[in-house]
Amino acid sequence: MLTAPKLDYALLAPILVILGAALIGVLVEAFIKQAWRARMQLVIALGAIVVSFNLLVRVRNQGSSIAAVTSVSIDGAGMFLQGAVLIFAFLGILVIADQDNFVPQASALPGSAEEAAAIQAGKQQTEVFPLTLFAVAGMMLFPVATDFITLFVALEVLSLPLYLMAGLSRRRRLLSQEAALKYFLLGAYSSAFFLFGAALLYGYSGTISLNGLTDAIRGSGGNDVFLLLGITFLSVGLLFKVGAVPFHSWTPDVYQGAPTPITGFMAAATKAAAFGATLRIFYLGLDAAQTSWKPFIAVISVITMIVGSIAAISQRDMKRMLAYSSIAHAGFILTAIVSLNENALSAALFYLFAYGVATIGAFAIVTMVRDSAGEVSDVNRWVGLGKKSPLVASVFSLFLLSFAGIPLTSGFVGKFSIFSAAYESGNITLVVVGVLSSAIAVFFYLRVILMLFFADATNDSISVVIPSVLTRISISICAIFTILLGIAPSLLFDIAQDFAYFLR
Amino acid sequence: MDISNYIYLSAILFTIGAIGVVVRRNAIVVFMCIELMLNAANLAFVTFSRIHGNLTGQVMSFFTMVVAACEVVVGLAIIVTIYRSRRSASVDDASLLKR
Repeated sequence: MLTAPKLDYALLAPILVILGAALIGVLVEAFIKQAWRARMQLVIALGAIVVSFNLLVRVRNQGSSIAAVTSVSIDGAGMFLQGAVLIFAFLGILVIADQDNFVPQASALPGSAEEAAAIQAGKQQTEVFPLTLFAVAGMMLFPVATDFITLFVALEVLSLPLYLMAGLSRRRRLLSQEAALKYFLLGAYSSAFFLFGAALLYGYSGTISLNGLTDAIRGSGGNDVFLLLGITFLSVGLLFKVGAVPFHSWTPDVYQGAPTPITGFMAAATKAAAFGATLRIFYLGLDAAQTSWKPFIAVISVITMIVGSIAAISQRDMKRMLAYSSIAHAGFILTAIVSLNENALSAALFYLFAYGVATIGAFAIVTMVRDSAGEVSDVNRWVGLGKKSPLVASVFSLFLLSFAGIPLTSGFVGKFSIFSAAYESGNITLVVVGVLSSAIAVFFYLRVILMLFFADATNDSISVVIPSVLTRISISICAIFTILLGIAPSLLFDIAQDFAYFLR
Repeated sequence: MDISNYIYLSAILFTIGAIGVVVRRNAIVVFMCIELMLNAANLAFVTFSRIHGNLTGQVMSFFTMVVAACEVVVGLAIIVTIYRSRRSASVDDASLLKR
């Protein structure tokens, strides 16, 4: 006789609320008339996120953590990242709500009469809201999943909506569609690697749960061809998602082609979710086999830091530059996986949050700098922006300083704690490379800041549009977080330390 | 027949798919190669399930099929829009983002 598995719905509620709201969003898209749609979608999306966050706070006080037998366990690090993803989604949706960035009718041919008619009629599809919510649900499930079925399904639930959202840009349609195609093909390719890795690990251990995998490794010594191949394939899939070199080639293209609000949301939230799952798999499932994967991940981490920082110098496009900077950040966070101790885990959690808010803010500002044809992402045309609109340029500089890790911003605290954890665990080489590549990174961030403030404008064709109230709120919150966490890091750092554990 | 032959077969299928993605130029064919890789993983799951004598691997392969179906929906939608605007499904033609 089969017994039904015990599900703890109270623990799963935050994810279920988001999924439910996404389904309601699909119905709204189908049945509500156009004039009301955008507003309703926005209210539903933001409402669901707030409700879900409240439920998450309640889950925290509840104590128990096994939500679904061996498939989902809501533990400290998982909860922290779920909360972070919800905050990123909230800030991201505030920027996404500025519908001017999205195509009126995604199925219409770029430049066709059909598209012109859709623009003329003031049509505006708002499917981006439910798509975002589906992605958020996947991102909340990915870092708490503890078996390979759930991990794989969550990975796809978070990826599939993002592939579509990358193709929704209103201007430069061809570029945007191309980004969607590249993201989709490479993303699906990497999921296939992830799945084959999972298959080999199942072959090795006879179980798909991470706990069972650890027990199997402890029992047999961890030197088996299936285990080693499985770890390799699985890591390829995960490293692709976090954008580590040499699996990073999609990042700049997709970041540049996707609509800018989506890029910001995707960069922040996907990174948090993917690193959540990666940390859990390596800390929980594979820690017994650490001698076999540590050198491999350490090398990846080193080349990711170096390539990300150096390639960013030569970029002419603001979004591409931020993409390479995100690659370098992925390298910094990878050191936390090599360190494999509790301090590194809490540092990684803090880092992911600090990086995420600064990223959403920075991309939100990129949406505001425009000329008559739309957004201007060419770095050289940003020259002298500081004289035209000092406030926008200073806030943008604040985010860049945080990326660079200058003291009194959240980025400094993140970098400092992640490197000191690496030092503690004896990985001196990683610390040295990390500090050196941070120094290289400072160079190009400062170059942009100097250009903004201390060069004369060469042309007057660009201007900073007055953003919608929602975008303004989002950018302000990001800026406040960035400064606050730099001045008083203990506010979040203590929380990150409390939450820095994975439960077996 | 020795059951480990199925593992070899799945490894070969996976390799064919992985190489196909890199060398083929048509987006549809690239996509079919990815599906081949997913099916290779499925074959491995079912075989290991038989070797270990539990059903987990078979359950996993059902989930993979469902996910693969969803991927087809999203993937074909993207490829068809690209084809309609460019009249070509070659991944080499999609190179505006490279400078």
